[in-house]
Amino acid sequence: MSHHRIVISPGARSKHYWSDLWRYRGLLGFLAWRDVMVRYKQTSIGVLWAVIRPLLTLSAMWFIGWLFGAGVPEGVPRILLVAAATMPWQLFASAFDGAANSMIANSNLVTKVYFPRMILPFSTVLVSLIDMAVALLILVVLMLFHAHLPGPEILLLPVFLVQAILAALGTGLFIAALNVKYRDFRYIVPFVVQFGLYITPVAFSSSDVFGNPSIPEVLKFIYACNPMVAVIDGFRFSLFGGDLPIHWPGFLTSLTMCVLLLVLGVRYFRRTEKGFADII
Amino acid sequence: MGSAIITAEGLGKKFVLQAQRERYTALRDVLGKKARNLLGGGGGQASTNEFWALKDLSFTVQEGDRVGIVGRNGAGKSTLLKVLSRIVDPTEGRVEINGRLASLLEVGTGFHPELSGRENIFLNGSILGMSRAEIRARFDEIVAFAEVERFLDTPVKRYSSGMYVRLAFAVAAHLEPEILIVDEVLAVGDAEFQRKCIGKMKEVSSGGRTVLFVSHNMAAVQNLCNTAMYLSHGQLVSQGPTDQVVAEYLRAADGSNGSELASRNDRQGNGAIRFTQLALCDGQGRSIAAAQTGADLRMDLHFSAGHGPLRNLHVAMGIDDVYGQRILHLSNETTGQIFDVADGSSRVSIHMPRCPLLPGSYGFTLFSTVNGEMADYLLNAGTFHVESGDYFGTGRLPAGDQGSFITDHRFTLS
Repeated sequence: MSHHRIVISPGARSKHYWSDLWRYRGLLGFLAWRDVMVRYKQTSIGVLWAVIRPLLTLSAMWFIGWLFGAGVPEGVPRILLVAAATMPWQLFASAFDGAANSMIANSNLVTKVYFPRMILPFSTVLVSLIDMAVALLILVVLMLFHAHLPGPEILLLPVFLVQAILAALGTGLFIAALNVKYRDFRYIVPFVVQFGLYITPVAFSSSDVFGNPSIPEVLKFIYACNPMVAVIDGFRFSLFGGDLPIHWPGFLTSLTMCVLLLVLGVRYFRRTEKGFADII
Repeated sequence: MGSAIITAEGLGKKFVLQAQRERYTALRDVLGKKARNLLGGGGGQASTNEFWALKDLSFTVQEGDRVGIVGRNGAGKSTLLKVLSRIVDPTEGRVEINGRLASLLEVGTGFHPELSGRENIFLNGSILGMSRAEIRARFDEIVAFAEVERFLDTPVKRYSSGMYVRLAFAVAAHLEPEILIVDEVLAVGDAEFQRKCIGKMKEVSSGGRTVLFVSHNMAAVQNLCNTAMYLSHGQLVSQGPTDQVVAEYLRAADGSNGSELASRNDRQGNGAIRFTQLALCDGQGRSIAAAQTGADLRMDLHFSAGHGPLRNLHVAMGIDDVYGQRILHLSNETTGQIFDVADGSSRVSIHMPRCPLLPGSYGFTLFSTVNGEMADYLLNAGTFHVESGDYFGTGRLPAGDQGSFITDHRFTLS
């Protein structure tokens, strides 16, 4: 007999939750692989969609920024400025959307098999990262085309990438857990993604907000509470360096919100996950 | 045999009924209900919203045991398996499990219709807890068992339902945990494949592994398990040697048949009559718990009917073996006895001299028409049990796997 020992009792939290999660990483990979495999089955142009979708968003955002005359720093083409924000935003949007719906989409698994439930949102994030890799390629091509080489700040890019994932996970876990009980949240997700695009510096940049004296301080603070503000400002900083300096108070507010949401999201998810199979 | 591998103490699971459904009820329904409560005085509802699917359940399972879990629908069998599998959280009590546990609560969990057979083997294996290396090592065995070699790269949505079930079971059958939990999964697939599945499960459990097996198929339970647990209303009625526990369950099940048929609401027909009970009697008309091979048998079908005569009453009973194959069809149409019943009848009896059914469990389906219109149709109405008996007066019967019934015959040599 092995030394594998499990004690089940009401509300008992597994002491090995996080190591359990690690043991199930194989399943995590398989579920992400499934979603990727399934996504382009029975499509005629298949993986090309991974290129077309970010390109369309990029063009739309570029057009909006141009239309409203959003500020562009000296020497940075507008298309690059927008691309540097579209990519992390799309990562956030798809990871958030996937994570938020992951429980309901896999309810057949939740009611029939045991595994740490967090595997499901994690696997959708993994899928989004694959899309992100394609989008980053587009960004690289655009930068080469405009002969814009980033400075040493580029080394910070992975940090902001991780931050984008954490922002998506924090909010996504929260909504995923709520979604199990209240399906109302299914309708909130597309709204957040759609609305978020306009209050996040994608078509414009944060300096348009922080540097605009006609915007009241309160609105600036609310604007900075969006966890994606720090991510996108960070992305632009790592790509364009000193041309786009970070507005520190805004950045720190946004970062704090990101961490706060993550902690709350993980805690709420873990507190409720044992009941998922009962009510899903 | 050895130490306890599963120990449960005072296990309980409470469900709060309707709590969730109410959320989605339309506002006008909620308001309507409020209004009714006001008019009718309301009250007396709070207590009905709670339901204990398991209550105060304590038991131990020894290492290497093959445990059959029997009980009627809603007795808590599936809930127990879900608690042991850590899918749902118990409300009270405690379970200690000493070993790696895998559960198969449904055939083909996580199968994706768009993926090929090959891809689904890996996906499903991983969902059931196998590592990639384990799946790869058993891949050929799984494919051979499922007999789907030619369709490995076809999306499973193009599979026949038989192929689908075979593949799904094949993956699960190659799990190698220390404790295997299996819910009623043999109810699917054709008879040939079910035989194969039972064989495979026997093979699995003979390797010293602990198996918990839920089934309504008593023959399968008796075939596979060395001990059994009988659950009723979420509580443990008895635990012990399989034959003893199964016999107890069948006795109890027979006793409650009357209410069970009457309360069935999955019936079809216009309701001119409704079957309420199947009662077994011996040749002298004494009530018996189980039929006996070779002994005279009378099956009383009790029914309720409205007032007035029933014209042209036709009653049929289909009898199925444990694999769900129809083996007998008994009908007053084929015997040429047409009933025109006056007011007051409540029972049709089928007389079967020298019961030809071999020992085992049999399912039955009831059907009736009145005046050419379907009156009552109860698919898989229930099961009854046939005990071993002396058909030929030789004290011998064919072995259990040699068919379902016997008939008079003799041999000559020339």
